[in-house]
Parts: sequence; structure tokens; C-alpha cells
Amino acid sequence: MKKNKQKKLKINRRELLAGSASLGVIALSSKVGYSKETNPNNLPPNVPEWTGELGDGVDANPYGMPSEFENNVIRRNVEWLTASTESSVNFTPIQDLEGIVTPNGLCFERHHGGVSIINPKDYRLMINGLVDREMIFTLDDLKRFPQSNKFYFLECAANGGMEWKGSQLNGCQYTFGMVHNVQYTGVKLSDLILETGLKPKAKWVLAEGSDSSGMTRSIPIEKILDDCMIAWAMNGEALRSEQGYPARLVVPGWEGNMWVKWLRRLEFGDMPYMTREETSKYTDLLPDGKARMFTWVMDAKSVVTSPSPEKSIIYKGIHQLRGLAWSGRGKIKRVDVSLDGGKNWQTAKLHDPVMSKSLARFTLPFEWNGQELLVQSRAIDETNYVQPTIHELQKLRGVNSIYHNNSIVTWKVNKDGTVDNVRLG
Amino acid sequence: MFALVKKLLIFLVLLAIPNFITAEERKFNLGKIATKTEIAGWDIDVRPDGLGAPLGSGSAIKGEEVYAEQCASCHGDFGEGLDRWPELVGGEDSLDTHDPVKTTGSYWPYASTMYDYIYRAMPFGVAQSLTHDETYQVVAYLLYMNEIIDEDFVLNDKNIGKIKMPNVEGFLMPDPRPDIANVNGNPCMQNCNTPTKIIGKARDIDVTPEEEKS
Repeated sequence: MKKNKQKKLKINRRELLAGSASLGVIALSSKVGYSKETNPNNLPPNVPEWTGELGDGVDANPYGMPSEFENNVIRRNVEWLTASTESSVNFTPIQDLEGIVTPNGLCFERHHGGVSIINPKDYRLMINGLVDREMIFTLDDLKRFPQSNKFYFLECAANGGMEWKGSQLNGCQYTFGMVHNVQYTGVKLSDLILETGLKPKAKWVLAEGSDSSGMTRSIPIEKILDDCMIAWAMNGEALRSEQGYPARLVVPGWEGNMWVKWLRRLEFGDMPYMTREETSKYTDLLPDGKARMFTWVMDAKSVVTSPSPEKSIIYKGIHQLRGLAWSGRGKIKRVDVSLDGGKNWQTAKLHDPVMSKSLARFTLPFEWNGQELLVQSRAIDETNYVQPTIHELQKLRGVNSIYHNNSIVTWKVNKDGTVDNVRLG
Repeated sequence: MFALVKKLLIFLVLLAIPNFITAEERKFNLGKIATKTEIAGWDIDVRPDGLGAPLGSGSAIKGEEVYAEQCASCHGDFGEGLDRWPELVGGEDSLDTHDPVKTTGSYWPYASTMYDYIYRAMPFGVAQSLTHDETYQVVAYLLYMNEIIDEDFVLNDKNIGKIKMPNVEGFLMPDPRPDIANVNGNPCMQNCNTPTKIIGKARDIDVTPEEEKS
């Protein structure tokens, strides 16, 4: 743990140095933190300070980063959750994001053996088992196949897993942030297997990562041939290392653990492999001691991202409530919002584009005049599945199943505008 | 006659080109055929029926030493788990209680999974460094500590698929979801009967990482 802290410090110092080299004097002020106060000298009718001088030229930042004033929009983890950061998770700051695209650097991370750093020249994908031809592909080979470009959400099955027994973490990021949504570029597995052929007995595929955990999951052949792909790009650029560079599996609508990163091998077989991740983990324990296995689909879910515990209400009057909704079963059809704890609902505006197995953005205007609110959202997908309450899920599954908590959360807006994660009952 | 010779010649030329038989079946002619040696190096998975289990063997007696050296610093001398590292032993009869303890003994349905996972991912940060015999030894030791085999039982590639784990019947398939009542797309909109009393607050639990709020 100590080692990790040192590593973090080092990185911060390096970033600061890089920043001061490129930003000059401005970086010095960011070192001590920029002012959170408004400077009246920059307001009309005065000429603002940035107008009276030249700014940076092109190439000051060959790879552009967000404005320094947005440096609180970062992934965050909960240290006490796991034994080490190499086998851990952090959370996407969804409360700070707009639209439906998650910027690559903010996509939550979940590693089981740290981030592997792979030279793409050393990348190989092996396909073996019940295929006509056992084969090996380079990254360049994969890029020569017909291409697929698709937006998909990826959600960890344990998103909200800490909230089964009660409201535990007071943050939208910590309770809903194990989700991201990017556009993937890659090759569909249905195209890839045209090259290897498939034996009739092939019913399951073992996907295996080349990271230090050798992540493995079994996936039924129907899903593999339906919409799974091997992606090498996200949001227009190469995958980030922490998202599996140079290539990862994409399993649309299904739990994130199956989207094997640093993918090195696909083995076709006639039965599931019963790996550690699909037996001892990612199985949903019920009150009678039995556990559901192979619960792959991520059911419909939604959350209000603002107001939320991180997004207090500051002003009285008109506000735009914002939120995200998604379903592993298809498109989001409708999102309802309640401001009184679920007694009365109104339908929010869904913003284009609404795509299958992708995040959808909703907004709803509301007035706030200092009164208490109990804010909820409820997603309905194209299969007519209605996002349930936590009580409904508890009745069916108890409180120890960890995974697949897609229940409605309640944000209580207090009279001072602060917001709490609360449990109603 | 000449035509036959020509055909034969073409056939011989085609034979000399690797994978000529498959070339015409392959749609894009991308990638290369994997050799047996290449596959053997990467195909490390072991299935519940024992398929893929590498030649080797080990007993709990031998495994105790390997475990003490390679595993105990995180998982504890008795598999009790140190800090937040996983417990490996015990937890029997706990799965239907308020505080279930999921260990290799109480929860894992197959011994093959123990072999597969330990060989591919353990010791943490030194993946695939144990020999096959050492891996059988450690699995045997864990099975012994969980009172599934005797201390002198020799676990090997032939019998690992036959070990009966206590919780092998503990898993339900297929997925019964959607298991919720409302799949008709028409939930209540007005004056709905739902509890609105606050019974818990995350702020009171006070385990949220503290930081400046945006």
C-alpha cells in the first residue's frame, strides 16, 4: 500500500513538471490551486486578464488535456474495498459528464492483476479448440477484417453492490460509477470465425486475457456469433492500456467482467470452463445458500446524476435534472422521474441518439425553492422491463448476492441544497 | 495422359504451399495456422472434467511447504486470509446465513477451477511461476485443509476431474431473470403506494472517501 502511494506521488510530481513546462507561469498558480472566487477585474466592463496577453501556441499540448479548472473530474476509488490497487476498481465520475460518451481517460478501471503494458508488435490472438483451423492473428491481421463501429455501455456486475443492505456510499460516482460508454472499433467474432471455421460441437468460448490474472470467462456461442467483437479502438483512438490495449473483447449488454482485456486467446469447446470468475465470483448468492450462475445480462437501470450527492443545488428557481439510463436487453424506451420518493412520476426527455445497449441521456426541468425532495429515476427498456425498487430485489434475492443491483436509488435534496443517498422503507 | 501429369504437377505444387487445403475455405486469408507447440504454451485452462489438466501430481503433505512459502503471506497459515486477502478455508454451513463465507471449501464447485486459477494467476504478481507438480500440491493442501481429501491423497491429472466438492450442487442455472414482477412497461404514475420514510442514510454510515466536493 505504501509503495502505491509513493508511485502516485511520483506521477503527480511528473505531471506538475510537465504542466509547468508547457503552461509557464499559469502552471505555478495551478500548483497552489486556482481561485474559486470570481475576480471582478475580469467581468464587464473590464478587459479580462487573458485578453491582454497571448495564450499558448499550437503544440503546447501535443495531446490535449481537459482545462485545469476541471481537475476534479477524475476517477476515484474506495481504498477499503480491496486489498491492493492492482486487483481493484475505481469509478467513472458520471455526475460530472454530459451526453452519453465517456471520455477515454475517465472510463472506470477494474483490474485483477494490474494494467499490462503490451507492445502491439508483440500482440497475438490465438484461436484454438473446436475450430477447423487453430490460428494466430496479429493486431494488423485483425485490422484487415471487415470493421464494426458500435456504441456500447460496459457495466461491472458489482456496480451498486455495496448498497444491497442499505445506503452506504454517499456519492453518485461510488454507487453508479462502474459504468462507461464508448464507441468501439473492431472486428465482429462472426467475421473472425469465417477464417478459422467452427466445428459443430463448439458451444462455448473461453476468452482469456494475457494480463497477470489471466482473466478467463466462458461465453455461449450464440452470444459470440450474435454481437461480440474484438475492439482495438475506443472513441476514435487506440484502446487505453487500462482498457485492454491493444485489443479487448466486447460483449454488448453483458457484465463487464466478460469483456476480457488484453485478450490473447479464444478457445472453442463443448461445455463451459467454470473459471474462478464465473464460479467463486460473479455468481449471485441467494438467502437459501444457493447461488445463481451465468447471470450475464445487465438489466435496465438509471440514475439521476444531477442533483446527486456530489451535485448540490445552489440556486433557487429553474434547474435541469440530468441522468443516465441503460439496458443490456436493448434500447431504453422511457425514463420516469419522481421528486417525492416514488409517489408521483413524470416522464423525462430522452435525448438522441438512443441506441441499443448504450447509455441514454435524459433531462427534466424542475423548480427548486428550498424544499426537500426525494429524487428517483426509473428506466423502462424496449422489452418493457421496468427498473425495480431495492425492496423488490431484496424480496427475490436477499441482501448477499453482491451483483446485479439495478434498483432505483433515492437522492434526498435537503433544505440547504445538499444531497444525500438515502434508503426509503 | 499429359493432362493427368499436369494435374499431378499442380497437385504437388499445391502440396508444397502450407495450408493449401484450407486456403480456399478461408474467406480473407489472414492470420497463420498455430503450431502444436505454440498452442501448448498458451492453452493452460483446466475444465471440470479434467480436460486440459497437465501431467503431474502432488499431495497435501508436500503442498504444506509450497503453501507456506508462496501463499501464506497473504492467505494466512491456515487459509484464514490476512487483511483483505481472500479466505481459502472454512465457511461450511455459512452460505445461507447473514454472513456467508465463500471459500474454496464452502463455495467453489470444482477442484479443476482451483488448479486452473492458481496456476494461471497465483502467486499474485508472479503468475504461471509454479510448476505443475507444485500446483497439484497446493490444490491438494487446500482440499485437505477443507477436509475434502486426506493428507496423503495424491492429486493428479487423472483424478482432479473426479474430486467432489461440497458445494457442487449449490449453483442454479439458467438465469431466471427477468425475475421481477413488472415487465409490462406500465408502472404506476400517480399516487403510488410506496414507502417514503427515510430508514437509512449513507452519510450516517460514514465510509465514503472524504474529498472536496465539486
